[in-house]
Amino acid sequence: MNLLESIKRFYASSVGKKLLVALSGVVLLLFLLGHLAGNLLIYMGREAINDYGEFLHHMLHGTGVWFARLGLLAAVTIHVVATIHLVQQNRAARENRYAYETTVRASKASRTMIISGIIILSFVIFHLLQFTILPGPGDQGYYDDQTSDHLRPDVFGMVVRAFQNILVCLFYIVSMGFLCFHLSHGVASVFQTLGLRSEKTAAPIEWFGRAYAAFIFLGNISIPIAVQLGFVHL
Amino acid sequence: MATEKLNLTLKVWRQPSSTAQGEIVTYEAKDIPSTASFLEMLDIVNEELINKGDEPIAFDHDCREGICGMCSLTINGRPHGPGDGVTTCQLHMRSFRNGDTIWIEPFRAQAFPILKDLIVDRSAFDHIIQAGGYISARTGSAVDANAMPIPKPVADYAFDAAACIGCGACVAACKNASAMLFVAAKVEHLGVLPQGKAEKDRRVLGMVRAMDDAGFGNCTNQYECEAVCPKEISATYITKMNRDFAAASIKEAVVNEF
Ligand code: HEM
Ligand code: FES
Repeated sequence: MNLLESIKRFYASSVGKKLLVALSGVVLLLFLLGHLAGNLLIYMGREAINDYGEFLHHMLHGTGVWFARLGLLAAVTIHVVATIHLVQQNRAARENRYAYETTVRASKASRTMIISGIIILSFVIFHLLQFTILPGPGDQGYYDDQTSDHLRPDVFGMVVRAFQNILVCLFYIVSMGFLCFHLSHGVASVFQTLGLRSEKTAAPIEWFGRAYAAFIFLGNISIPIAVQLGFVHL
Repeated sequence: MATEKLNLTLKVWRQPSSTAQGEIVTYEAKDIPSTASFLEMLDIVNEELINKGDEPIAFDHDCREGICGMCSLTINGRPHGPGDGVTTCQLHMRSFRNGDTIWIEPFRAQAFPILKDLIVDRSAFDHIIQAGGYISARTGSAVDANAMPIPKPVADYAFDAAACIGCGACVAACKNASAMLFVAAKVEHLGVLPQGKAEKDRRVLGMVRAMDDAGFGNCTNQYECEAVCPKEISATYITKMNRDFAAASIKEAVVNEF
């Protein structure tokens, strides 16, 4: 059997698809942590976060950001395609439902992963349009001419202006809520799928997963809240 | 102490044949002793149906002592009914109260087609076992008990998995009708023992593929299976199988022989 054949067989199996969902999930989880760390630079002022933005775009002569984008795109694609296949197969595996349904242990989050996932996906599209794709040199306040000797994009100003709109803030907070919900099952689940859970570690892994989800949630929502309360301003 | 008697309303899935349309039918079960087992309660109801000239409710059973894995039934949405670590045949009517309504359905899964009423065809499990749930070497006559040293924790680990009676409650409970707990128990109880280790990789690949071919769903790590398993088999066997499957897949892809 050649290698391509083996990969196809791996994807065709239920455990194979699950492993791909978990691995792509881990890539996205690590990205979330890095992204949050970058976001929190906003509390250190305009210069810090604009320096960071400039660094991202100049890393490896400007190719670094594209490597990251392609990697993330690959992870999201694998995650979404594989989960949609899994969900379709799961529905087909029980076409005739129970007349009397009960749930003994499964959490609400674990039963609604596809819904929280699709909401996250729509949020990501909105978020990219708002902060990456649409802003351009013609926009008001696009450049930062105060904290450096050359013109550079004003990440700080863009974010603060966006979060002065209460509706935008609410949208971000609700979306982060769904992300947190997704992760409250997803993080612990990764350990099981990747074969890293045991009788002894099951409970700590569950706690770690919840804490990770809460940390990402609270860290991110603190920014729109800080802008609304005037702690961070232009 | 006088035996308490229960009057119950049963909502039972009736389906004359595998191709017929099924439906929930309501029965009154009167004067059921609380000491009766769940299956004895159905025997009493059936006796009455037969006396009236009606078709009795078909259900699976054999040993009635919790060891054969033949009895099934999803009782109020939970395979083998309320209580932990018990099969339907070991469930007793004292777990219910006078006046209760009890829903009785078959183990539902596309891979377990209904044959009649509450009886489903679980031969998909046999096909999975045929795909590697054995040791292919001739074993000869029984060897001396301690000729092959096996550490106690390993023996215990294998034995806890080998306690699986193959009833299918894990599939019936899983939101996705996945058979992962059954397959993991069967893969791992052989995989950790010296006799079974030699064919470990071939076994896990073969059995997982047979599971997929049978049309079971995929595990979403919700552990409903573990919660209802009458033998309380831990979902950490699934963890181990995921790891073994990954390793065997890589070996198959790059080494190509084992
Ligand atoms: C930041 C983005 C995301 C992160 C960090 C993330 C993370 C995760 C993690 C860690 C898991 C658990 C994997 C496992 O069970 O081993 C998971 C599962 C899942 N994700 Fe995501 N996810 C993200 C976006 C999405 C999107 C956009 C979808 C939309 C389709 C989605 C759908 C699902 C589904 C359906 C599952 C359950 C799969 C299963 O258990 O079979 N996720 N996710
Ligand atoms: S009838 Fe044998 S286990 Fe229930």
